[in-house]
Amino acid sequence: MNDLFVYTLRLGDDALIAAQRTAEWIAAAPQLEEDVALGNIGLDQLGQARTLLQYAGQVEGAGRSEDDLAYFRDERDFLNVQLCELPNGDFAQSIARLLYFATYQHLLYEELRGCADETLAGVAGKAVKEVAYHVDHATQWVLRLGDGTEESHRRMQAGLDTMWPYTAELFTSDALVERLEVAVDPSTLHDEWERRVTQVIDESTCARPTSSYQHSGGREGRHTEHFGFLLAELQHVARSHPGASW
Amino acid sequence: MLAGMDSFQATIEADGRIEPRDAMPEGYRKTLIRQIAQHAHSEIIGMQPEGNWISRAPSLRRKAILMAKVQDEAGHGLYLYAAAETLGVDRADLLDLLHSGKQKYSSIFNYPTLTWADIGAIGWLVDGAAIVNQVPLCRCSYGPYARAMVRVCKEESFHQRQGFEILHTLCNGTEAQKAMAQDALNRWWWPSLMMFGPPDASSTHSEQSMAWGIKRHSNDELRQRFVDMTVPQADVLGIRVPDEGLTCDEETGHYSFTEPDFTELYEVVKGNGPCNQQRLAHRVKAHEDGAWVREAAAAYAEKQAAKAQGSAA
Amino acid sequence: MIEPLWEVFIRSRRGLSHVHVGSLHAPDATMALRNARDVYTRRQEGVSIWVVPATDITASSPDEKDEFFDPAGDKVYRHPTFYQVPEGVDHL
Repeated sequence: MNDLFVYTLRLGDDALIAAQRTAEWIAAAPQLEEDVALGNIGLDQLGQARTLLQYAGQVEGAGRSEDDLAYFRDERDFLNVQLCELPNGDFAQSIARLLYFATYQHLLYEELRGCADETLAGVAGKAVKEVAYHVDHATQWVLRLGDGTEESHRRMQAGLDTMWPYTAELFTSDALVERLEVAVDPSTLHDEWERRVTQVIDESTCARPTSSYQHSGGREGRHTEHFGFLLAELQHVARSHPGASW
Repeated sequence: MLAGMDSFQATIEADGRIEPRDAMPEGYRKTLIRQIAQHAHSEIIGMQPEGNWISRAPSLRRKAILMAKVQDEAGHGLYLYAAAETLGVDRADLLDLLHSGKQKYSSIFNYPTLTWADIGAIGWLVDGAAIVNQVPLCRCSYGPYARAMVRVCKEESFHQRQGFEILHTLCNGTEAQKAMAQDALNRWWWPSLMMFGPPDASSTHSEQSMAWGIKRHSNDELRQRFVDMTVPQADVLGIRVPDEGLTCDEETGHYSFTEPDFTELYEVVKGNGPCNQQRLAHRVKAHEDGAWVREAAAAYAEKQAAKAQGSAA
Repeated sequence: MIEPLWEVFIRSRRGLSHVHVGSLHAPDATMALRNARDVYTRRQEGVSIWVVPATDITASSPDEKDEFFDPAGDKVYRHPTFYQVPEGVDHL
């Protein structure tokens, strides 16, 4: 398979699956203002996913559209990191994930907007502003939950701890990113990511998660058990009517 | 010089706008609070029947549109609660009244969304009916409500179109898709007609609301407007309105139609609709699950304020 | 626990003043500003936002409206249309 196709798919799948989870908060958020805020974040993520998947289809050259890629690939063909597919959990857990993921995306897109591939650079240039806002939103909540009440502190800590073992996968380098010139080697983003995330966690009065074990497999299409359910829901209408337009 | 109630009456008679701090009859204030709150509740409960299809929307374009639409509804609930608050109530108290079942929301949202075509039908029929109801409210005598409605109507103009577009695509699709569209119209037609409320003859609040400039047209008038507007659109889609008695008066251009079975409406209002309990339970759960988050944010704000004061001293 | 109410003002374009657009609830000013961005500028309605605690606004009372606003009614000399300008005089 074409390296650029696979690389674009990785980024697109991350954004798509993140959007699917974020959208689950709409009509279930802690307050009305947050329903609207998370709606904006989900729409940003979905917008990134659509542009990236469209481009992946174009690069592949087999005539697959964004919808073909989103709705008619099986579980093992999705290349998103497991962090994106984990269930939302409580609000603190979702916010912990947003902090980790958006901070990563922000660093990634900052690099990617200078890459030689015009389309990827264009997507990154637009998305970098969006994810900067996501980082800010997550940061505001981590501070409030971490340094709010006893209960919120406990929940925030638990959220940060639960999501932490899924973060290393974001920064794993492999032969593909080394070969592909336009790709950002994610391992180069790790130290700055850790510095930024740690700063927020410290300020929130939470403790930095200590777990050393780290899950992986998403980039090779090995996912958590949760992922099959997520895909079943995402794909079932489209798959029940193959060839139909919507 | 006109003071208090005389000034209120003069403003109403001149078709002017009443503003929050003006003197107003207690009945006017109470009617508005009840109506605006019910309207706000409808927006946020209305997020559910559509929201539950965001995860299953059959294309990414549709998913984005639906997310934006449901998000708008949260925004509209928010604008409306804010309008109600100008009358001296608190949003938290209004939400409690919703959660305890003491205040109602539009019965239409107690019907289930069973297929993707229902998302089209809601946009086309339910938002269509809502627009017919809401456009006159932009001229409501109470300023903050009228202004909120101007914003709501402006934003909702895409809601109805996207619904029609969904159905139009289905009706030009496979046999199964077309059948899905017809089925959705069959199920949503009568509940949509009931969105305009009971017939004028048995409507309890209408007369006073008209006199106060809160309501501008009668229930039956608006229902007629909706039918006249919608039936030709169904013809364009190529699906059939499920009313055997539907005929068009060539002279007036108005349709005559079978009156919906209002006993069903009264049952749903009483809490016996297919989804009453489910909708309210979902709403209450979101609220209760979010309590610790809201408490945390308040506690944090307090700590920060204390810190700021400490460093200023 | 009752979250404070904030009044929201938006500048829709550079060169225009901020205009009141509505209100919202938020625990503090930082969140109020962000919520205002999410709620009131979804369709590019603004380039700048003010949020003000609703309790910090001092408003004139409708009871005082006669003594506040009527006295300005007869000061017609404050308007340029009050003055007669002889024909042939430009730029005045």
